[in-house]
Amino acid sequence: MFDVSIANTLEYFPEKCVNCDMCIAVCPHEVFAPGDRVVTLARPEACMECGACAVNCPTDAIELESGVGCASALIWQAIKGGDEPACCGGEEKKVSCCC
Amino acid sequence: MGTEKSGRCCSGAADSTVEKAAPDVKRVTGEITFANKWDHFIARWGYDRFGHRVEPGLYSIGAPNPESPVFVTANYTLSFDALRSSIEGMDAYILVLETRGINVWCAAGKGTFGTDELVGWIEAVNLKDVVSHRRLILPQLGAPGVAAHVVKKRSGFKVEYGPVLASDVPEYMKTGKATAEMRKVKFPARDRFVLIPVELAHAAPIVLVVSVLMFIAGGWLAFSGVVAAAFAGLVLFPLLLPSLPFYDFSVKGFILGFLAAIPFAIAAYFGGADIWSRSGWAAFYLLFIPSVTAYLSLNFTGSTTFTSQTGVKKEIYAMLQRCSGCL
Repeated sequence: MFDVSIANTLEYFPEKCVNCDMCIAVCPHEVFAPGDRVVTLARPEACMECGACAVNCPTDAIELESGVGCASALIWQAIKGGDEPACCGGEEKKVSCCC
Repeated sequence: MGTEKSGRCCSGAADSTVEKAAPDVKRVTGEITFANKWDHFIARWGYDRFGHRVEPGLYSIGAPNPESPVFVTANYTLSFDALRSSIEGMDAYILVLETRGINVWCAAGKGTFGTDELVGWIEAVNLKDVVSHRRLILPQLGAPGVAAHVVKKRSGFKVEYGPVLASDVPEYMKTGKATAEMRKVKFPARDRFVLIPVELAHAAPIVLVVSVLMFIAGGWLAFSGVVAAAFAGLVLFPLLLPSLPFYDFSVKGFILGFLAAIPFAIAAYFGGADIWSRSGWAAFYLLFIPSVTAYLSLNFTGSTTFTSQTGVKKEIYAMLQRCSGCL
């Protein structure tokens, strides 16, 4: 209850996995675990969509949507429109945004 | 230090290997001075937000030679200082990327601590001539921006992801691998605590304005109501985060704000004047304070180490639905 925020867009395609274990090395929340022939998706609910696994998977066995997650930026984006919410430090001149 | 490729000579053997390296390798030590600590302190309060940076490029610590390891980090002083103080005593190179004063994890998410940036700097500092091996040690939290297999293909250097924390680097170098614990990111009380000052600093102007307006509307009680709501959302919420019920931050925040609002509602209800005014103010506190706290708490999602963008979007939508439901 009151857990709508446990949600992510992580998708794993084990048929593409070559067992290099890079996803296990880079994941900050133990979402993946070693397996016999391929990596196993151990804790999908723990995924924070940082993207490290997908970026480092050499065979594109992982897909997800990552991006700025800070609430103010998303609310601001919803109000202003546009596709990419700004983030602090994205451009030198745009210091304001979420913060 | 010159650029001529001198042969073996001289009594300073370490100097001659450094001479062959790129001429502008900056030397650093692992010492953290008072000036460094002050810099970290004011950074934590949000002062000169993007000004806490060092020059990007190649640094040496100790007396490295062509076999020495190469660590990579961001040019944010807190990142750079965490690394060099952790590897004090080692002979190593530090390749600092231009992340515009942003830390490793945020910069990786935005792409400035990224594949292109890394490959570019490897080339810019002639790293191939500085070290004989082809190994780079990156902080694990650089991974969202760096595709290790692409870096290998484009630069010839193999990226190794070291631990999350710089403080674990010495152990990592000793054993040659990172434990599962070293690869986990948690969010303990201390890490939550240090985020509070910058939130306070940013909110202070608005809180001041709103509390003054509320003072005009409702006197000292209204003024303190605003301050209490801000305090609950900005100070108490980060500290109490794991202890508050449910998962959604806005719900946790609403509960916390409601608890904070109770004394104000009571004070308003028993505070003289007619029944309508007293009830009105009491109801106002019970609605206003938790709403403010819930909003501030929702905003804290951006400062945590575990919320997802999709989850935050869904929560914003759900919160707006809940709010319009009660209105």
